[in-house]
Amino acid sequence: MKNNLNKMTLCDVSDLLISGEITSSELCSLYLSRTKKMEPKIQAFLKVDEDEILRQASASDKRRGEGKPLSRFDGIPISLKDVINAKGEQCTCGSKILETYNSVYDATVTERLRNKGLVLFGRNNMDEFAMGSSCENSAYFSTKNPWDISRVPGGSSGGSAAAVSAGEVPASLGSDTGGSVRQPAAFCGVVGLKPTYGRVSRYGLVAYASSLDQIGPITRDVKDSAVLLDIISGCDPKDSTTLPDSKISFEEIVNASGDDLSGLRIGLPKEYFEVDGLDKDIKFSVDKTIEKLKSLGAKMVDVSLPHTKYAIAAYYVIATAEASANLARFDGVRYGKRTEGYNDLNELYSRSRGEGFGEEVKRRILLGTFVLSSGYYDAYYLKAQKVRTLVKNDFDEAFKKCDIIFSPVTPTPAFEIGGITDPVQMYLADIYTISVNLAGNCAISVPADILKESNLPVGVQFLGPAFGEDKILKVAKVFEENRDIKEFIPEVKYV
Amino acid sequence: MTKNKTMETPVIDVGYVAKLAKLELDPLSMDKFQKDMESIVEYVNLLGELDLKGIEPTAHPFVSSNAWREDVAKESFSRDVMLSNAPDILDDELIRVPQVISGEEDI
Repeated sequence: MKNNLNKMTLCDVSDLLISGEITSSELCSLYLSRTKKMEPKIQAFLKVDEDEILRQASASDKRRGEGKPLSRFDGIPISLKDVINAKGEQCTCGSKILETYNSVYDATVTERLRNKGLVLFGRNNMDEFAMGSSCENSAYFSTKNPWDISRVPGGSSGGSAAAVSAGEVPASLGSDTGGSVRQPAAFCGVVGLKPTYGRVSRYGLVAYASSLDQIGPITRDVKDSAVLLDIISGCDPKDSTTLPDSKISFEEIVNASGDDLSGLRIGLPKEYFEVDGLDKDIKFSVDKTIEKLKSLGAKMVDVSLPHTKYAIAAYYVIATAEASANLARFDGVRYGKRTEGYNDLNELYSRSRGEGFGEEVKRRILLGTFVLSSGYYDAYYLKAQKVRTLVKNDFDEAFKKCDIIFSPVTPTPAFEIGGITDPVQMYLADIYTISVNLAGNCAISVPADILKESNLPVGVQFLGPAFGEDKILKVAKVFEENRDIKEFIPEVKYV
Repeated sequence: MTKNKTMETPVIDVGYVAKLAKLELDPLSMDKFQKDMESIVEYVNLLGELDLKGIEPTAHPFVSSNAWREDVAKESFSRDVMLSNAPDILDDELIRVPQVISGEEDI
């Protein structure tokens, strides 16, 4: 058991707890000791509160002992990206400006996890305010990729992906505004799901770009992803953009996925395979996956997403515009860092923000402020919103010809820490993930291959239409069952 | 898709934008932010290639009407809880900020 911790899924652990083979306290202690061993190298966590974890675990054991567990998953540890509020815990968003902040309420997802008895196991590192693709923008430290600690784990939910990959925790919740769940999942060899906009409540998720943000699970396998989606999704009176509850259980869909993709039409967007800078090894793994999907009965259909080229530009206008408004609340008055030296209110605001925010956050606030400023609103913000319509229409047209779309997640495998310094180059790497957020659709990133020379994992992406989680989870599950490489376990060189 | 003239990169004054954003920038970092902004905006100007006549803007992924809830009074957070993260409080019930309107006496 102890040696298998790095392979265990939520469902595996649940079986052990139900059979009485292990208690939640024992389980959490094992994860705590693994975390202690891993963290000096991986640095996936900003905070792990051992006493609080063991307190929750012991409460869970008491419930189970009395025959009253809150769910099958009562007592299982799960970590949260440090952007999701959990009452009594820190929520720094990877920023110095919230270094001393303590949440006074639970996010809806947090409440739903607690209602099922899950143990909140620490706060995962992230790019500051979810702005970044490498975890290098955390104000605290950079998380390392468990497959190669000289490389980034991806971002912005890099701490979540690295923690799951290294077996420090069986699952985590991240957030995805332009790929921030799927890209780190791909870099770390785990599964990342970005649900349809409105599927999961954003109440208690610190907002980056409100029309794009969604919380999503990062797990070891597809079934766990479905299990967590069942737990966290559904209408929430506290978030008026949430959709009505799903009438189906995603776990049941995955369980009944079978072994056959006959009749399924998978779209291959030609623009995605013509991207400059698509690494040849990634292309090779993606092509191999296409052959596998064909052998399982799927029919490949050529589709076109003609505005792909413009999606990144539109995204960085829209996301930064929304961010500049959302981050206006951090002003040193009601919570967060306040500067020591100020003469008047304006100085208090601007100096607190200048001292509290890091470089990338400042860059995005500046860009967002610029595109919303007088004289540039029509030229940039309004134009980007129109391009968003075109990107959305592209998907609507494509989904007339196919059931789901298949693509790479990233143009390259995990890059070296410090390897990309130009902001525009960093933004361009989001090419395969960003359009999904603009359209509000769902997508899942699943490990597909391990590169021979570098020993780095490669992820592939299944994109669905809005409300199409059932479709993408099913295909992802069938592919996972049949892919050539069965396990994606990094050999962490931590000793 | 008809090709429009590409947008011209406007003159960006990072100092002015930073004032609008109430964001104090280290003078030593101004040049870098200026260059970064120019290169990002130059990239974003790609959008100028598209003919967007007659295209409606999308502000939100799905068209939704107002989501109403019953207007029922519920217990909210207590003042203590709401003030627990404030950096400077007065008499346990107020957040202290510097004088806003000049000419009045300091507290």
